[in-house]
Amino acid sequence: MSNIEEKISEAKKLALQITRETEEDRLMTLSVGPQHPGSGHFRFVIKVDGDYIVYVDPDPGYVHRGHEKMCEYRNHFQNIPHLERPVIHDSCNITYSYSLAVEDLVGITVPRRGQFIRALASELSRLSYTLYWLAIYGIFLGHSTMFMWPAGDRELLIDLLERLTGARITNAFSIPGGVRCDIPNNFKEKCLAQVNYFEKRLKEYEDIFFNNPLLRQRTEGVGILTKEDAIKLGVTGSVLRASGVPFDVRKVEPYDVYNEIDFQVQYMKTCDSFARAYVPLLDMRESCHIIRQLIDKMPESGDVREKLQFNIKSSPGETYKRVESGRGALGYHVVSDGSPKPYRVKASVGSFRNLLALPFLLTGSKLGDMPAIYWSLNYWPVEADR
Amino acid sequence: MGSLTPDFRFGNFVGSIVWLVFVVLALVTLLILPIIFFVLFYVPLPEVDGEVLTPYLFFSMMVDPSRTLPVVQFFIHTDLFRAAIFPGFGFAALIAAATIFIERKLLAKMQLRVGPLYAGKVEGIFQLLADGLKLLTKEIIVPSGSDKPIFWLAPIMFVSTAAAVVALIPVADGWVVADVSVGLIAAFAILGFFPLIALLFSWSSNSKYPFIGGLRALHQMIAFEIPFFLSALPVVILSSSLNLTEIARSQNLFMNIFILPINAFVFFISSLAELERIPFDLPEAESEIVAGWLTETTGMLYGLIQLGSYLKLYALAGLFVVLFLGGWSGPQIFPPELIPGAHDSNLPLLQMLALDGLYNPVTVNSIFWFMIKTIIVILLMLIIRGINPRIRIDILLHTGWYKLIVLTFINLFIVLMLIYGGVIGPGGLISIR
Repeated sequence: MSNIEEKISEAKKLALQITRETEEDRLMTLSVGPQHPGSGHFRFVIKVDGDYIVYVDPDPGYVHRGHEKMCEYRNHFQNIPHLERPVIHDSCNITYSYSLAVEDLVGITVPRRGQFIRALASELSRLSYTLYWLAIYGIFLGHSTMFMWPAGDRELLIDLLERLTGARITNAFSIPGGVRCDIPNNFKEKCLAQVNYFEKRLKEYEDIFFNNPLLRQRTEGVGILTKEDAIKLGVTGSVLRASGVPFDVRKVEPYDVYNEIDFQVQYMKTCDSFARAYVPLLDMRESCHIIRQLIDKMPESGDVREKLQFNIKSSPGETYKRVESGRGALGYHVVSDGSPKPYRVKASVGSFRNLLALPFLLTGSKLGDMPAIYWSLNYWPVEADR
Repeated sequence: MGSLTPDFRFGNFVGSIVWLVFVVLALVTLLILPIIFFVLFYVPLPEVDGEVLTPYLFFSMMVDPSRTLPVVQFFIHTDLFRAAIFPGFGFAALIAAATIFIERKLLAKMQLRVGPLYAGKVEGIFQLLADGLKLLTKEIIVPSGSDKPIFWLAPIMFVSTAAAVVALIPVADGWVVADVSVGLIAAFAILGFFPLIALLFSWSSNSKYPFIGGLRALHQMIAFEIPFFLSALPVVILSSSLNLTEIARSQNLFMNIFILPINAFVFFISSLAELERIPFDLPEAESEIVAGWLTETTGMLYGLIQLGSYLKLYALAGLFVVLFLGGWSGPQIFPPELIPGAHDSNLPLLQMLALDGLYNPVTVNSIFWFMIKTIIVILLMLIIRGINPRIRIDILLHTGWYKLIVLTFINLFIVLMLIYGGVIGPGGLISIR
């Protein structure tokens, strides 16, 4: 008899435990990615309380390919084609800083015409990357026209890059010692014409997308990253400039010919998702100015490349060089022990720095703001994983 | 823009059409005719012009064209024809299919693309057929742990509810499937079922993203239903009837949109929200909740829901035309007779071509103007999709509950002022009746 009563009381206790609502029961765990259409090659686990996100756990690493380790088994020239793979849309920039680092180790200077061509390719590549990024920002906010227009206009720049380098997106153009080849005939005229047309298109983007009241309602005042927080978190690129810090590696530490170019560092002080989307557009305008100046000031003739032997040996030592890529400061730390192959290569990429701001900004925001905040961080999952 | 596929040959195109006609004819003689004979043998047959409509008579009418017209005339006045073909489900489904195709081509042209191109050779006109066949042949995956009866039923309920709204829309005077005396309230009552279906379906599919999507659909439709009703209220005051045919008739003099521009705007915005189209496609927001309440749909279940939502688009555009754009009213542009003098001639073929006894210039004119207006409204709804992003749910609720409701009241008071000031209404300066 007492046995039965005990059992009943135990069952009651259990039932109470089961039915009692805990704080955790209010939350729903959602996995955003890698098969979710709103994430890319990346996953973050979020917990939502109603419409508010209360917990974010970024989980990168789905496309880790070990580029830094791969570098240790190849010489400096062999490293170029695989180092551009993390961001093939921005390939001229991601190989730029590695070339600069190797040139510093070997102790050579690139011919002046080569420097100009390298900067030109880098600007074209930056435009192409930013357009791709902007297209995805558009479709993440449900604006399908803003997906198609930049993706279509990107073809103009890819066309130019193809004429310049011979490949559409995986250019492998910038190598230690300069660039692989000289510019083709009539390239300058064609480049100027396409860039002029492209500038007109930027105005149309502004009309259909950035001045749309529905977009402004949705993105202004969303995901505020203040100047202090931005500096503390160590974000870079357009995210840092949108938070009111006029930081641009091209201006702060000019490399190659950038100290001869006259351009402004574009930044905004509103610190929100809209600013982070608008600063890249301003950057694209600046890039168009820079391209015009580069073509104007480029020497008419001369070498484009310092001839180096294939297994070039560098002096033992280490160096760190960085450039401004589409996603911010992109640097390579190269350590050499005097052999043709680098001893250690470490890439410091903008994407990973910007990822740190993601949990900070998403926590406490609404579920509807998730795509607007996530993609405004100018994060490229493949580059962060490397 | 390229409109022909690279390997297009006109000869091949014509040849394929001839081959298609041959196949259809062979199928008709070998399969469909015997089936018709078997069926007609058992079905009690109606009387047409004093003769019982036997299969033999039916086919003799095909040979003698002048005897075909009475049969057609008999059929188009049956309820079955109205419900199934015109102006009911078949017609609306055709419009829905055309809308999907036009939407894809129009958006493609706006976005510097080509759109469907290969299926059907010329401008991809058979793309929809290909898509439909693909959806039919796909496997339907039912998620484990789902509530299976509701999961299967909901898409069918969605289509039938949309078709029920279509049944209330009059395309011409007397051409309506269900002429209900409280047609407007009936339309709103049926539209109120959609959030329930969305919620039931999303809940039954036992998945997280559909559940959030279903809740969003519920919130959105409730927030927009009140401005939706209220924007139609002054129309009822003006026409003093709830019957949709009466409402359309009462706008013979001028369209309601000239007195009620704000309400027409509110109705348009609310119907976009009811349709879950951009900028109000929160229940299907791709980048946030995968595909919203449609995430677990596969194959033809998805196809049915798409068909239902485009039927709903046609129904709401038709409702907009009836309430604000004067329904079928418009200048008479069709001649009184299709071929002048055909009525008196003895040639059966000429009578056939003139559709003697079948051709009613007023009705044809009404249908023409109704279609023109509906297509314009549908195109307006489609263009919105190309130029706007999605909005956030709190902005959406704020818009629905505060702004739109207030806007409807502004115009309601203007109408009341005009009526009591003796400008419009019975005995007013601009008398409607």
